Amino acid sequence: MNAIEMKAVSVCYRSEKIRSIKELAVRGLRRSRPYFYSLRSVTLAIGAGESVGIIGSNGAGKSTLLRVAAGIIQPSEGVAVSRGNIVPLMELGTGFETELSGRENIQFNGALLGRTRAQMRAKMDAIIAFSGLEEFADAPLRTYSTGMVARLAFSIATAVDAETILLDEILAVGDAGFRERCDERIQSFARGGRTVVLVSHDLDAVLKLCRRTIWLSHGEIVGDGESEDVIRDYQRHRADQG
Amino acid sequence: MIVQHQERHYVAGASLRAADEIQDLAGHANLLFELVHRDLTIRYKRSVFGFLWTMMHPLLLMAIFTIVFSHLFRFQTPHYETYFLSAFIAWNFFAQTVTNSMASVAWNGPLMKRVRVPRSIFTLSAILSGMVNLVLSMVALIVIMLIVHAPLFLSLLFVPVSLLIVGIFTFGISLALTALSVFFADVREMVQAGLPALLYMTPVIYPVSIVPAPYRWIVERNPLSYLIEIVRAPIYYGQLPGPHALAAAVILSVISLVGGWLIFRKFAPKFEGRV
Repeated sequence: MNAIEMKAVSVCYRSEKIRSIKELAVRGLRRSRPYFYSLRSVTLAIGAGESVGIIGSNGAGKSTLLRVAAGIIQPSEGVAVSRGNIVPLMELGTGFETELSGRENIQFNGALLGRTRAQMRAKMDAIIAFSGLEEFADAPLRTYSTGMVARLAFSIATAVDAETILLDEILAVGDAGFRERCDERIQSFARGGRTVVLVSHDLDAVLKLCRRTIWLSHGEIVGDGESEDVIRDYQRHRADQG
Repeated sequence: MIVQHQERHYVAGASLRAADEIQDLAGHANLLFELVHRDLTIRYKRSVFGFLWTMMHPLLLMAIFTIVFSHLFRFQTPHYETYFLSAFIAWNFFAQTVTNSMASVAWNGPLMKRVRVPRSIFTLSAILSGMVNLVLSMVALIVIMLIVHAPLFLSLLFVPVSLLIVGIFTFGISLALTALSVFFADVREMVQAGLPALLYMTPVIYPVSIVPAPYRWIVERNPLSYLIEIVRAPIYYGQLPGPHALAAAVILSVISLVGGWLIFRKFAPKFEGRV
């Protein structure tokens, strides 16, 4: 059983977004031609329980791939299928409200992820403990530092019993101690038979946490296999580019 | 570990189906609750009077309009404050909700880029928050009616039905305008400019009788006039709305809901790239 499948998925953006009636009147209603492919005919299958790293340079389509898998972006072409409950953790501040306290934000985030109040109440203490933010749990989020917000986000996303977790470049923040605990948690997630997809520029982290790695370049898959092999090819390619 | 029923298919070009969206909204009932809670509390979190502002805003306007129109312009309308407020509360709900739902999608754009939530949830939460404010305003109105010794009629019991019809009408309009405003920034400006004009084309502040005959059709044929009428009749006139006005209001709200949804579903799958 696959957790995520994609068949010939492309995501493209059209040129010259029409933002005003004036532009509309000038250009008419003809469809503009697609000018930029964020993903180009990507076909892949990620099995349930796999840990997969996604690497590639900026703009290669890594985040877009995660967003399609999470159902945030509809593919422009092709079909994507996801099975089981997916929790995406995209960038920083995943749906946080600065006026609300840490505790209230945990509730709000749980709701965004489709969880009930009771489910979140049951997880509350564990989430706060893992984030190490006990002293700040009742302070409004606007008083938190970026690193603190990231800790809270990671703690929530990994506590809500998802079958698949999508992590987008979230390991770059947080101090060394917290990162270590994050790594441990991701590994225990994977050991528990759950699916982890990790987008990162930190190749050591990918090597450590993921057996399989997919390398994206200009929206296309150019490497897919054992992490050691793909990362070695990627590094060699980068060295060749100078 | 994998639960079969949670399989989701994302197909290029597929448009939203109403049944799927309703199921999706039901699965996010808690989020709806949280969004409404957030709307109602955060806005006033740092203000001294907090929630009271919800009631003070229409009250201040009422004071202004009552002074201006019943004393300066001298309408021969008994209990003008009830006449005005019974309609203005419904109008205010409509105008505020349409504005808020457009703002809500713009505000929550970052959320939509990070988690998958039903696209219409922000519009629906704006409606529900508006409904809560509407009910509070109704309570304030009844208190005012008691203070000024305006008659309280048994027909007041019909008001919840009227408000529900107005709510459905507003939901449809909000869905359409929200979807359009994501793609065309002008829509928001047009609505902002158009709402005050629409207020004066609707018999909220003045009675229809003062409108000169050649222009009266504008006021009488205005869809909002029917919706205002079904709210005002049971509060101010102490009668159930006439069958003609009631039928018109129900038909208009159904057209609004269906039309609004059709426009919304066309644009909603592409929201992510635009907000």
